[in-house]
Amino acid sequence: MTADATEATAPLLAVIDAAEIIVTAGTGGVGKTTTAAVLALEAARRGRKAVVVTIDPAKRLADALGLEELSNTPSQIAGDWPGELWAMMLDTKSTFDDLVTKHSGSDEQAQRILGNRFYRNISGALSGTQEYMAMEKLYELHEERAFELVVVDTPPSRHALDFLDAPRRLTHFLDHRFYRLLMAPTRGIMRAANLAAQTFVRTLSKVVGAEVIDDIITFFTAFQGMEEGFKERANVVFDTLASPATAFVLVASPRRDTVVEAEYFAERLLESDIAVRALVVNRMHPHFGPGSPAASRLRATTLEGSDLGGLYANLADFALVASKEEEHLTGLAERVAPAPVIRVPFLRDDVHDLTGLAAIATHLFA
Amino acid sequence: MAGKGGVGKTTVTAALARAAALTGLSTLIVEVEGKAGLATLFGRDALDYAEVELSPGGQPAEAADVRGRTVTADGALYEYLRDHGLNRLSRRLLSSGLLDVASTAAPGIKDILVLGKVKQLEQNETATDLIVLDAPAAGHAITFLLAARGLLDAVRVGPINTQAADVLELLTDPGRCQVVLVTLPEETPVNELIDTAYHLEDRVGVSLGPVVVNGLYPDIEGLDADPDAAATAAGATLRAGESEALRAAAGFRRDRMAVQQAQVARLVERLPLPQLPLPFLFTTEIGPVELDVLARALLAGIRDLQAVEP
Repeated sequence: MTADATEATAPLLAVIDAAEIIVTAGTGGVGKTTTAAVLALEAARRGRKAVVVTIDPAKRLADALGLEELSNTPSQIAGDWPGELWAMMLDTKSTFDDLVTKHSGSDEQAQRILGNRFYRNISGALSGTQEYMAMEKLYELHEERAFELVVVDTPPSRHALDFLDAPRRLTHFLDHRFYRLLMAPTRGIMRAANLAAQTFVRTLSKVVGAEVIDDIITFFTAFQGMEEGFKERANVVFDTLASPATAFVLVASPRRDTVVEAEYFAERLLESDIAVRALVVNRMHPHFGPGSPAASRLRATTLEGSDLGGLYANLADFALVASKEEEHLTGLAERVAPAPVIRVPFLRDDVHDLTGLAAIATHLFA
Repeated sequence: MAGKGGVGKTTVTAALARAAALTGLSTLIVEVEGKAGLATLFGRDALDYAEVELSPGGQPAEAADVRGRTVTADGALYEYLRDHGLNRLSRRLLSSGLLDVASTAAPGIKDILVLGKVKQLEQNETATDLIVLDAPAAGHAITFLLAARGLLDAVRVGPINTQAADVLELLTDPGRCQVVLVTLPEETPVNELIDTAYHLEDRVGVSLGPVVVNGLYPDIEGLDADPDAAATAAGATLRAGESEALRAAAGFRRDRMAVQQAQVARLVERLPLPQLPLPFLFTTEIGPVELDVLARALLAGIRDLQAVEP
């Protein structure tokens, strides 16, 4: 990998030009969705046909991107750029429905599942389903080859790693170990477990009603045979994530908790031999001129009570927080090295339209 | 405590608990999402399903203690099964995913298990004067608190119905339970806060306490002054580049304060709830010392609100 002038000055541009898939990862509340949108927009400005899959966009940004309602297909955003910019908001349930239809042996099997009340609760009730479907949508859009670049936002979560871990919950759930426990013969070593499961079901039946129990059994019975397909699919999707065509862009803010989460994520990727391609740190405090925090603080104290003292106290405050933020990032920067670290300062206003996205772009691609 | 991800809800939870302890209330923090951060704020390692001491009583003299624990649906269910004699098999049942099946069959069960456990703590813990619950972020907070209502509608009789009814009684009694929303003075968090507040009041029926506005840049005397003029007035000389630096830094704080004040005003206009302001701390890590600063700021804010009330 040679570092040419372009890469040295705007490393994220190299990522945008080459990647087929970009995933923005990190905890909730750090600016992932906005970053994902900016990356896709820049790709369009550089002549690529790009789509951004958002998960939980703020209302005003959603409006600006034309995402008033969930639809499981991308729609194009009009604009004056050589490439194309498309956007969509993930519809977890529809994506799941499509998968069921795809994996079913027959129309009849598909309908039995899609119409089942228990099934219909899954995408809302089972955590991890959204992450699974985000990965699935990423894979679908990539395989269709309709877009040169697919940028995928990840669900807001306290744990950045949920994106990688949570899909497993769905596959385990569909593997219906509980169902097998329930249906196991009431003899031999399984007997006790089966009895306990039966007791539990009886109690549950009193809670939710016998029809719900029927729904559960109908669902798992109808689903039999498909769980392998879902597992295989998840593996194939993961292989795509691990391929060189996919770039993970970690997003964080200088606060301790988001940095720690980002570190966990980077480490986990490394375990699978995946490298973080770039680290974006939002909401950084700017540096103001030379001088250490201690020197400014000293002047502030000496001049206390005067306007100049106040100005120095202000400078000292910002010098202190800026230096602490840098210190904080050192560990994370080392963890993701040689990936570039792109710092984005506090912006005046929230980003809720294309103009705002363009403002962020000037920092991301400086 | 409820609020969008990233607004500092965990920190404010800890600060509020410490504030309560400073007034002599023995406080228990309950964390329901299994996130690490809370214990670190108190300089401890981690929370556990069993109570952990976060801040001992008597420091200073009149202060009570702060303890913390996690409550999870799995843990609460395991306890329930154990108490009903299904101990040995309950682990196996849990690992087989039965809780996921149950909660998919009746969405809200997990939340009721957690809230039911909290209700039990409220009723049985005589040593605890106040429980501060760090609720799931925004959208989830609504469904979390709505769970009781939803289950009551779906399940008419039996122990779950009683449980849901009891939980609802607790949640909707302002003398026993209040929801404190936390926000940053920025556009998107304020928008979401307003939405969440109305949802909670209308659909859940909880009583809302003051809104905590976190991260407000404090004003500084002299911020408006011209650095060169100020230097002359103080009889000091500025080195090369210092005037620009002082000017830029002052401008930055003024700008951010203006943005923040505008959002605070918007919040006042759209949501008629009292506010408790918390200052921005110029640090990246919050520990026990910073927590005390925030706790005392909350107490000062509460005193200000009490002064206004008739």
